[in-house]
Amino acid sequence: MLLLKQDDYNVMLKHCIEELPNEACGLIAGTIQGDTKTVKKVYLLTNLDASKEHFSMDPKEQLAAMKDARANDLVLLGNFHSHPESPSRPSEEDKRLAYDSSSEYLILSLMDRANPVLKAFHIDKDKAVSINEIKVI
Amino acid sequence: MNITVAGNKKIYEEGITITKLIQVEDVENAEYVTVTLNDEFIERANFDQTKLTEGDVVEFLYFMGGGAY
Repeated sequence: MLLLKQDDYNVMLKHCIEELPNEACGLIAGTIQGDTKTVKKVYLLTNLDASKEHFSMDPKEQLAAMKDARANDLVLLGNFHSHPESPSRPSEEDKRLAYDSSSEYLILSLMDRANPVLKAFHIDKDKAVSINEIKVI
Repeated sequence: MNITVAGNKKIYEEGITITKLIQVEDVENAEYVTVTLNDEFIERANFDQTKLTEGDVVEFLYFMGGGAY
């Protein structure tokens, strides 16, 4: 299970809406206790592709986020990106470019602007996808 | 020789290269990992000849990207 504070969800959602029509992206950091991951900090990153169908995180911002997380005794739990016009599910490209099987891959669909859908996925080495439950607290 | 890798200080053999470090650390999907040495991004073509020295700080980053379709 992934625990996400309402405030952090709001920050992610705001970022994704502000970046429309392009995809937005970011990182999440927090703590891990058993099977429960708790998001403590959200990092809003630049989508270098500036595209409505693709995203690439800025490696320099990625490095800065990683170091900040570590300085705050947090671990990087995974990343998030938006799908402005498609459902919350990993695309073929998302799966192909998922290199870290321990990471949480969050996708926020804005296909229905009035009803954003956020889901978390694991993508293993064989590109098999499973859903991790998100609880907004 | 002390090197900090992904935030953890460890002892490695003298003159270890980035290529060897990736092997020793058993980095998953190593072909897609980006490496920084003391905050400088290292070109993959230079992994073989880049030798680490005492006190170096190394980070591994995965390229993070995707698409809608």
